[in-house]
Amino acid sequence: MNPGCESDTASGAGPSGPRVALFVTCLVDLFRPNIGFAAVKLLEDSGCVVDVPSRQVCCGQPAYNSGDTAAAQRIAKQVIETFSGYDYVVGPSGSCMAMLRKDYPELLKDDPAWLARASKLANRCYELMSFLADVRGLRLKGVAYPGKVTYHDSCSGLRTLGIKAQPRRLLADVDGLELTEQQDAETCCGFGGTFCVKYPDISIKMVSDKIGNVEMSGADTVLGGDLGCLLNIAGRLRRLGKSTRVFHTAEVLAGMAGGPGIGEPEKPR
Amino acid sequence: MTAHAPSFHERASHALADANLQRSIAGLKGGFVAARARAVAALPEFQAMREAGAAIKDHTLENLDYYLERYEAEVLKRGGHVHWATDAADACRIVREICARAGAKIVTKGKSMVSEEIGLNEALEADGIEVIETDAGEYIVQLAKETPSHIVMPTIHKTTGQITDLFHEHHRRYGFAEPAQDAAELIGQVRSVLRAKFFAADVGITGANFLIAETGSNVIVTNEGNGDLTSTLARVHIVTAGIEKVVPTLNDAAVLLRLLARSALGMDVTSYVTYATGPRRPGDLDGPEEYHVVLIDNGRTKMLEGAYRPMLRCIRCAACMNHCPVYMSVGGHAYGWVYPGPMGAVLTPMIAGHEKAQELPHACTLNGRCQQVCPVKIPLPDMLRRLRHDQWEAGFIRGAARWGISAWAWLASRPRLYHALTRMMVAVAGLTGRSRGRFRHLPLASGWTQGRDMPAPQGETFHVAWAKSKRRR
Repeated sequence: MNPGCESDTASGAGPSGPRVALFVTCLVDLFRPNIGFAAVKLLEDSGCVVDVPSRQVCCGQPAYNSGDTAAAQRIAKQVIETFSGYDYVVGPSGSCMAMLRKDYPELLKDDPAWLARASKLANRCYELMSFLADVRGLRLKGVAYPGKVTYHDSCSGLRTLGIKAQPRRLLADVDGLELTEQQDAETCCGFGGTFCVKYPDISIKMVSDKIGNVEMSGADTVLGGDLGCLLNIAGRLRRLGKSTRVFHTAEVLAGMAGGPGIGEPEKPR
Repeated sequence: MTAHAPSFHERASHALADANLQRSIAGLKGGFVAARARAVAALPEFQAMREAGAAIKDHTLENLDYYLERYEAEVLKRGGHVHWATDAADACRIVREICARAGAKIVTKGKSMVSEEIGLNEALEADGIEVIETDAGEYIVQLAKETPSHIVMPTIHKTTGQITDLFHEHHRRYGFAEPAQDAAELIGQVRSVLRAKFFAADVGITGANFLIAETGSNVIVTNEGNGDLTSTLARVHIVTAGIEKVVPTLNDAAVLLRLLARSALGMDVTSYVTYATGPRRPGDLDGPEEYHVVLIDNGRTKMLEGAYRPMLRCIRCAACMNHCPVYMSVGGHAYGWVYPGPMGAVLTPMIAGHEKAQELPHACTLNGRCQQVCPVKIPLPDMLRRLRHDQWEAGFIRGAARWGISAWAWLASRPRLYHALTRMMVAVAGLTGRSRGRFRHLPLASGWTQGRDMPAPQGETFHVAWAKSKRRR
């Protein structure tokens, strides 16, 4: 267990803690492994034994939300097979974990055998922040982030999984971090999966509104729990030449926000 | 009314470039949300009321034939007439025939979205009838030869300056020589112009927010009182209503009314809630001589049969569009038909057909806020996703959108191949993009890069980096 952290839960301390499979998410795998490593660190700090199944790819949302239900069902079954046999499945995304928790049982409801497996998995699936705060009762110690941050509530996490207080509670333990709320924090940033490339004009209008609210908050850093939204916000910020930094909440909580933020050059700032 | 020809894409781009529209929307944006939030917060039982409202609607829809027949019997018992219309053309024909029998030259209209749906004004005007919208917003839209851009506030796409100019152009003939100075003066002009029309009208047409089966009444909810004048002063009152508007009892309507005003405008109650029951009785001081109800199906029984039934719970409050970031970016006209926003993106394909509204279910980020505020808990994002599924199955989704998803899904089902390929792609993208941290242009991703940079990958996929770190551990 990391000396900088302690867990409130008695059951999960030490190497005998619960076995957690990390659902990496395809965007973290491709764009920002740092978030995956931050998730592993936080999970281990909270007393979990972490495994990363290598056969995982994606939750299937692009197919599901595009109307290709058959492909989504195929992918759902693949995920269920890959991730059965763990105490918990945890991922750094409200959107993907909502898919596993809420949508898989709905997708497979006409197949009793698969429905049972989907439901069993669903009950063990958590978005990272809610798992750390609600299930593990993680309290951070000795983690610092000097800056004024604002948190964007990503839609699926907020509305499907009820993630609102958890990231804020965890961020309150970070030394030097001042949390300032933005207006319309609960309004969609305009990412919406394939929406952002199907309707770029509208998506850019929405992310511009979001950035306006971020700037009004006076924050120098935007945090969030879904990389899709963060790529969108960071991409627009960089295009506008703004210096506001963007990180996944896990990176800050794990003390792994020392390098370049999302969309920043590799050279030290 | 038929859906317009240009695509949602084109209309949305146009709307985003329309400075007046953007100014109007920006001015209202926070207002709706804050007003509803205040009204809901003041009522601890609001969530329980949503449950009750949804249950009332579900029960009624489950027994719709029974309640419609009960309603019809009560209307007939009180001397009214009930007409059943299968579609828009049928509904227009019925109203035209009633107007013809009444020898109508002037028809006043209260606000009715279903009359927009069936294209009633055009049908009556083709018969040489003067049709006057009496809701101030609808009156403005009619004067400007436009359509409503919002189902509760038809003119939210217009600035006060535009309305002042419009009135200055059209109201000089009523003696208003100078442009109005403020909103109150604008409303004063509407009142003055309409007053004469109310008294001259031969037929008054209103919609119905609810039809009460136990009493045969129709209920309208207004803030201007124009609906009362429309339904009581003309010799003939015609109610146009979708068949889903019926509720069993007055008590049921009371629950839905409490939800409606709060969800729509953040008001505890609207200025007027008017119950009209049949024609004037002997001894009544006012009221129409004839009372007709046109019950309109127009695709609703088809919705009743299947997975889209929850959409028929809709009480037309507009909370979904008031909270929709897409609607609040492009306004209502971009949706191309009568009903905009999330509810319109479901209703338009169901009523006007997939062919005419193929884009609408996709013009949504599935952020779920509409469902969160819907007073009757319609799972709008699920319905929109289901419409996408129906389109996929029917082969409406073609070309790059279909092949892209299919190819990706094929690859995602082959983890080894997927990881081998993405590992190479990410390594290349990381090498070329890392020094700047982002790409300004990317092949095949212009949709992203036209207004955003693409943050560069860190250089290794997580899975590659994880395998390495495990060896070090």
